[in-house]
Amino acid sequence: MRYLPLTPEDRAEMLGVIGVKSIDDLFVDVPASARRDAPVDLPHHVGELEVEREMAALAKRNRAAGEGPFFCGAGAYRHHVPATVDHIIQRSEFLTSYTPYQPEIAQGTLQVLFEFQTQVAALTGMEVANASLYDGSTGAAEAVMMAQRVTRRNKAVMSGGVHPHYVGAIETLAHAAGVQTTRMPAAIDAEDAVIAAIDADTACVVVQTPNVFGTVTDVSKIAEAAHAAGALLIVVTTEAVSYGLLKPPGEMGADIAVAEGQSIGNGLNFGGPYVGLFACKEKFVRQMPGRLCGETVDADGKRGFVLTLSTREQHIRRDKATSNICTNSGLCALAFSIHMSLLGETGLRKLAALNHQKAVALRDALAAIPGYEILTPRFFNEFAVRVPGKAAELVETLANHGVLAGVPFSRLDAGAGMDDVLLVAATETTLDVDITFLTKLLTKVVGQ
Amino acid sequence: MSMNNVGRPTRPEAANDAPAGHETLTGGRGLLQDEALIFELDGWNKTGVDLPDAAAPSSDLAGLLRSEPIGLPGLSEPEAVRHYVRLSQKNHAIDLALYPLGSCTMKHNPRLNEKMARLPGFSDIHPLQPTSTVQGALQLMDRLAHWLKTLTGMPAVALSPKAGAHGELCGLLAIRAAHEAKGQGHRKTVLAPTSAHGTNPATAAFVGYTVVEIAQTEDGRVDLADLESKLGDHVAAIMVTNPNTCGLFERDVVEIARLTHAAGAYFYCDGANFNAIVGRVRPGDLGVDAMHINLHKTFSTPHGGGGPGAGPVVLSEALAPFAPTPWLTHGEDGFDLVEHAGEEGAKTAFGRMSAFHGQMGMYVRAYAYMLSHGADGLKQAAEDAVLNANYIKARLKDVMSPAFPEGPCMHEALFDDAWLEGTGVTTLDFAKAMIDEGFHPMTMYFPLVVHGAMLIEPTETESRQELDRFIAALRALAGAAKAGDTERFKGAPFHAPLRRLDETQAARKPRLKWKPVAAAPLAAE
Repeated sequence: MRYLPLTPEDRAEMLGVIGVKSIDDLFVDVPASARRDAPVDLPHHVGELEVEREMAALAKRNRAAGEGPFFCGAGAYRHHVPATVDHIIQRSEFLTSYTPYQPEIAQGTLQVLFEFQTQVAALTGMEVANASLYDGSTGAAEAVMMAQRVTRRNKAVMSGGVHPHYVGAIETLAHAAGVQTTRMPAAIDAEDAVIAAIDADTACVVVQTPNVFGTVTDVSKIAEAAHAAGALLIVVTTEAVSYGLLKPPGEMGADIAVAEGQSIGNGLNFGGPYVGLFACKEKFVRQMPGRLCGETVDADGKRGFVLTLSTREQHIRRDKATSNICTNSGLCALAFSIHMSLLGETGLRKLAALNHQKAVALRDALAAIPGYEILTPRFFNEFAVRVPGKAAELVETLANHGVLAGVPFSRLDAGAGMDDVLLVAATETTLDVDITFLTKLLTKVVGQ
Repeated sequence: MSMNNVGRPTRPEAANDAPAGHETLTGGRGLLQDEALIFELDGWNKTGVDLPDAAAPSSDLAGLLRSEPIGLPGLSEPEAVRHYVRLSQKNHAIDLALYPLGSCTMKHNPRLNEKMARLPGFSDIHPLQPTSTVQGALQLMDRLAHWLKTLTGMPAVALSPKAGAHGELCGLLAIRAAHEAKGQGHRKTVLAPTSAHGTNPATAAFVGYTVVEIAQTEDGRVDLADLESKLGDHVAAIMVTNPNTCGLFERDVVEIARLTHAAGAYFYCDGANFNAIVGRVRPGDLGVDAMHINLHKTFSTPHGGGGPGAGPVVLSEALAPFAPTPWLTHGEDGFDLVEHAGEEGAKTAFGRMSAFHGQMGMYVRAYAYMLSHGADGLKQAAEDAVLNANYIKARLKDVMSPAFPEGPCMHEALFDDAWLEGTGVTTLDFAKAMIDEGFHPMTMYFPLVVHGAMLIEPTETESRQELDRFIAALRALAGAAKAGDTERFKGAPFHAPLRRLDETQAARKPRLKWKPVAAAPLAAE
């Protein structure tokens, strides 16, 4: 077996050194009733070639986004990732190292995390950022828990524009922790509607911009209303590239900014692994979840980095920890940081503008088709469109024609009465011919 | 004078002179380059990505645009490559040497798995594509689930949790839902041994449970009498790691399960150490109700400097109905997903753990690992992991003090610091001296029940030669400590990229991001 270095001779000699007769003697503590004579009923080991054959056969049964016109978004976006990113993250020293508990021999990872935190703070316009969480949705749930700790209140209000799956992730955790949640009805352009639901028991208000329908909102007024009631404003973003074009949460009064960072440096990967961006005001730093990397000096006075404020964390504080998080998204954060470093401010702004431009072109093309109505008033790179009939059926039909046309809103929230709403996204990877092909197909489908 | 986190000077005064004559003029040291932060490389107007020019944003976005500078530097591709390669060289890694972090399972990460995860059919698919277009991905999830269920002897698995602690959360939420369904929602206590991973009490508290500790016996196992006295109508679950954090198999695990069930509680098993028994022991045969499996431990997906991981949770018949969405179903048209709790097909699901379907990239790697090993290889891997740990214990027991000398250990060997008594060297000092010898330290001061704990987990992917090299290094260091060569330890590490870091200062006055010095070109905020 190619991954096991010990030879039969090694094993025999080592058993001798240990002073036992057989390997079974090392498993004597296993109760007799649980010992197994026969191996489990699964195939035996195979070579690389056989594994590649089986995996390739499975992979072939999926339609990759790159195979044709592709317009899916709704929390996961297809962007081009420079080759350098994937090369660097496969370096042994990054790929095969652990959480940097021994800072003297983990400065590579630690300096990257410090740079990552600085980048995320800058992007979100917030004062401090952590070293990443699992993804945007779990980050949003953690943000609600943090608001509960900060305000000592047990109520969260969510707008009708928050991604329904984020709402689900938030509800799972919040309800278990005794936080009552209110979610406004799904609405394309009504983030402000949360203001009416804020009261003196509200720990936090959760809004999203661009929201799940793509609508961009200035949430400053919501921030004022939340703060007036002593509540925190949590601003969720699922498309991190939008930070390159739009006013960031920090400029609109957010207390906590949470985002899905997948768009930068990370592929679609069928939903994971992704990387959660988490930033907040500095005064809340000791209530933050997750790892934090901080600057310090070594015994010779040289600058170095360490994991810090770990008295918030489970391995020190156990049942008093701010979160149970241990392993998070280190390598995805590295990919994010490398891609961000390559882009720089110049590149990010250009990339964001390009995304918007492609989406505008898509909007103009769809708006021209009879029977199709653009629902999103202001958007970054995705928007909602009303289609004739059920969006889910349309998507299925178009998939059979080789086009992945977007995400039916009913897939995210079946009970919203929005079966005819389709969410479509465009990025820098979208070609003009993709848009043309889609519109021709839609005209044909509608025409039938 | 700098102090470390156990209040000891980070460098003895005498060591001040030690490397003085050999300081370089630039801060570089041979192959090790001093590397500035990206913010200090003067790349404020640079980019390493060529993009076509874009049109000005549409007027719809008036008033919503970002006008202030963001404060992000850019690097050309050669500069970026050099920056990260230089940084990478300051990291220890499994690919460099044995990485004996107990409980973390730093085993070899097969590169085939990386190659498979990058097939566009897996890496370039969207989580919300029509399920008809991702049948291969769903089939892979189904097969992974089959392997996990077969290896654990459990009837169901929730794949979606994103790491071990997320799996614990999933398990406890299923337990909570099951209790509520039976009208047992008043059960608000979780029992866990003092030796438990920090994530266990943190998770239980996170979802509103009160944590009560179970005592441990002299021989490092759950104290059955204490467990029995603490079980009752108020207990929702016990959380026990098996093999436990002392590296020992819980001999009485079947009885632990029986007592727990008799009290109406569920048995959550922390499966962080499943790698010691995979292919040999099925947790289902032990009476476990829920157990997370760290794919990044037992099934070799890379740790990546702190994730991403994946923490699928296997569930018993009693808990399976409450598993989180998405649920994978198999009908006439192939595989499908039920994505919302309460929908037909997932009526009793407790909710969802995250936005999508979990860590697909890790599923691919773990499945490739399973196929490669097969049932026979996985069993052999567990046996070799246990053999390697016992070999280390046997070869170090005369110079270090095993915490539990009697009987075999499982996949990790636990030592206490009794053998360091009178040397003036602490566990931390010893660990830092290991860095100078080219090895990553073992897990220190954990589990909490053993004084000055040193938890060594070699894993099965270490050769006899590498084990012997490691053992020789530890024996030499032990000899030096006992011979009074304290300087080697107090000031260590001397040969790492940096000397001991001042963690107290980092925590007292947190500097969590780069800030420009007075005359820098841009304000960071």
